[in-house]
Amino acid sequence: MFDQLSDRLRGVIGRLSGRGRVTEADVDAALREVRLALLEADVNFRVVKDFLARVRERAVGAEVLESLNAGQQVIKIVHEELTTILSQGDRTFRLDGSPAVILLVGLQGSGKTTSAAKLARHVTKSGRRPMLVAADPYRPAAIDQLKTLGRQLDIPVHSAPVGTPVLDIGRTGVAEARRTGRDTLIVDTAGRLTIDEQLMAEIGDLAGALRPAETLLVVDAMVGQESVAVAQAFADAVPVTGLVLTKIDGDARGGAALSIGAVTGLPVKFLGSGERPDALEPFHPDRLSGRILGMGDVLTLVERAQETFDQKQAEQMAEKLRRNAFTLDDFLSQMQQLKKMGPIGGLLEMMPGMGGMAKQAQAAVDSGELKRVEAIIQSMTIAERQDPHVLNASRRRRIARGSGTTLQDVNRLVKQFGEMQKLMRQLSGGGGKRRGFPGLPFG
Amino acid sequence: MILRRFRQTQEEPARQADEPAADSELAPAVEPATDYEPRAADGQAQAVHEEPSAADYEPRAADDEPQAADYEQAVARTRQGLGSRLRSLLRGSDISDATWEEVEEALIAADVGAELAIDVVDRARRRKDVENAEAAVVAELIDLFAPRDPTPWPRIPAPGVPAVVLVVGVNGTGKTTTIAKLAHRFSTRGAKVLLAAGDTFRAAAIEQLQVWAGRISVPVIAHAAGADPSAVVYDSLDAAAARGTNVVIVDTAGRLHTKANLMDELSKIRRTINKRMPEATPEVLFVLDATTGQNGLAQARAFHEAAPLSGIVLTKLDSTARGGIAFAIEKALEVPVLFVGVGEKVDDLLDFNPNAFVEALFG
Repeated sequence: MFDQLSDRLRGVIGRLSGRGRVTEADVDAALREVRLALLEADVNFRVVKDFLARVRERAVGAEVLESLNAGQQVIKIVHEELTTILSQGDRTFRLDGSPAVILLVGLQGSGKTTSAAKLARHVTKSGRRPMLVAADPYRPAAIDQLKTLGRQLDIPVHSAPVGTPVLDIGRTGVAEARRTGRDTLIVDTAGRLTIDEQLMAEIGDLAGALRPAETLLVVDAMVGQESVAVAQAFADAVPVTGLVLTKIDGDARGGAALSIGAVTGLPVKFLGSGERPDALEPFHPDRLSGRILGMGDVLTLVERAQETFDQKQAEQMAEKLRRNAFTLDDFLSQMQQLKKMGPIGGLLEMMPGMGGMAKQAQAAVDSGELKRVEAIIQSMTIAERQDPHVLNASRRRRIARGSGTTLQDVNRLVKQFGEMQKLMRQLSGGGGKRRGFPGLPFG
Repeated sequence: MILRRFRQTQEEPARQADEPAADSELAPAVEPATDYEPRAADGQAQAVHEEPSAADYEPRAADDEPQAADYEQAVARTRQGLGSRLRSLLRGSDISDATWEEVEEALIAADVGAELAIDVVDRARRRKDVENAEAAVVAELIDLFAPRDPTPWPRIPAPGVPAVVLVVGVNGTGKTTTIAKLAHRFSTRGAKVLLAAGDTFRAAAIEQLQVWAGRISVPVIAHAAGADPSAVVYDSLDAAAARGTNVVIVDTAGRLHTKANLMDELSKIRRTINKRMPEATPEVLFVLDATTGQNGLAQARAFHEAAPLSGIVLTKLDSTARGGIAFAIEKALEVPVLFVGVGEKVDDLLDFNPNAFVEALFG
């Protein structure tokens, strides 16, 4: 899916090479693909409709910037509009009150309990003393789950026997926090369906009593078209101040954030990006808009790379991507490093034009082909690694012998690498550097 | 053919409502036999030992289940679906492009996916063998599901060998709850069920399964948190063999399908079943949250690669979501949706019925 979409968008960008002004035909052709891309990303269909109407208005007749063609110009406007919606609202994380209360609400399985633990850990970094409150007396072992997490993080957990009214759990939690000198209260609530009137009223009462500084709606990044209805229902029941978008470490595009943002104006405050308590990230609107469009996200890639290997290496990699000075050596070391970083597929998909590579690379690692690739590249001379064009038939035969592979293996690798280089050149051609988006086909 | 199936659904509720739960009369402790007979309540209990036939095993017997009525009741509470206005427009003779566009949007709104929605509408527009456009759309949607396989589920490998059900899915889809429901269903039909607490990763996942198991009086094999899930599975199969268990249901940790190491772990769990019990015919059940959007397909594909799926459970269908991604998944992978989850109680698990599903989606 991912690859198809990126390809499709690239196709549109490629076809429309009009000069001067963007024509209506250009815009409509591009927007048809954008519509599919947005729907594929689970952006609500009504939001897509309004959104495209706005983009169309802006795009028709717009001046085509020098370094862009008409298709790229449209995509650029789309990207800007997406970023605008995702940037709205106040993303500050407020911790007013004593104790400051953070209330987490959401559907079942969206990741509230895990997010509660992550937030607790997050506030300790700014010197706060949090306490977790287990206000989910319904799901079996939900209280145990929070207690276990609290123990791991060395953060106290307030709970009450099953059957205690949620309102009482909240109130005694506040009292307990005051008594023990805890300045931040993070309240985990039970997952509930928006149509469950009783439970929706319950959470409304809880919010009314606790007056939270932040009421965060926890939304699974994989959620589909219902995101808007769900967010509206929660926002009607409690004064929601923002979203936590969870499971963003999967490959869902997270169109829900856009849908909810467009309809309710609620900002995303945090991203949940893993199961560990430190996997909580600040939100970058421009990155998510790239992701929603399926156009890659080099910034996130580079950042995640930095976490795994050292700064210098990461800078070199980013720089090489930017300059297209990408050699077989780099290819090899990247594959090795990516292997270290975990799921290659997801990472490569963040790189523009690499969607297609992702599956191959993953398969290469899985099947032990990486070892073969390693052997082949290491059997090359330095000059050959710098410029595979010098590889004539006799050199290739030598490499095959030296690496214990076949001539076909060598040929295949050289061909794949050539294609990858071509693709990267193509992609970074159109004004990629202007805004620090290395390699992106638009501003 | 399509119409006949479609009509059948509409007739089903009345017939089924009369016999709500014949099997619930079965006491959990019918007999400590290695083979069991779900219809034993009819007075055939004696036959069990004489003819321990795997073919008689029918835990997923569509006939004695309150199906379509319950299902629609469960999912239709808050639904608008296509809406009666659009449906009546579709029953007319001259249908405008705008109406067809509305149909497309309604399908997209149900998470069917843009491409598939466009495809369904295209084919429905060309379809001539049905009385009107409404029937054409319904028929095209039902056609996306393969005909249901009437063979029992889970498969019983051979007399004395337990059926093994491996339950997989991404985080938060409702695996543990579904396991409790399945265990309840099988045990109320007289099966000896054993649960394997294979989610050793998430905090309190083992406790969660144990709480459920206690409520439905089913034993659990568990290791300490952090243990190797494959080891739990191995021990569970040992225990199952020793105790003459009929069905082993294995819980696994939720895992995002993009995490190669976790997917490898799943493949290993699957291999472990084969290793310990080569004669078993494990069912791999993929639990899909109905609120999931288009990413559901990527999930299902990745799980299918790691441990070939043999069935899908669509959970949380009692929410406002319609679970339209199930079409794309069944179409792409040819893995049938077998059950739907419609609530948090142990008996809130129903057999999947394509006709009822389409009606609820479209109704």
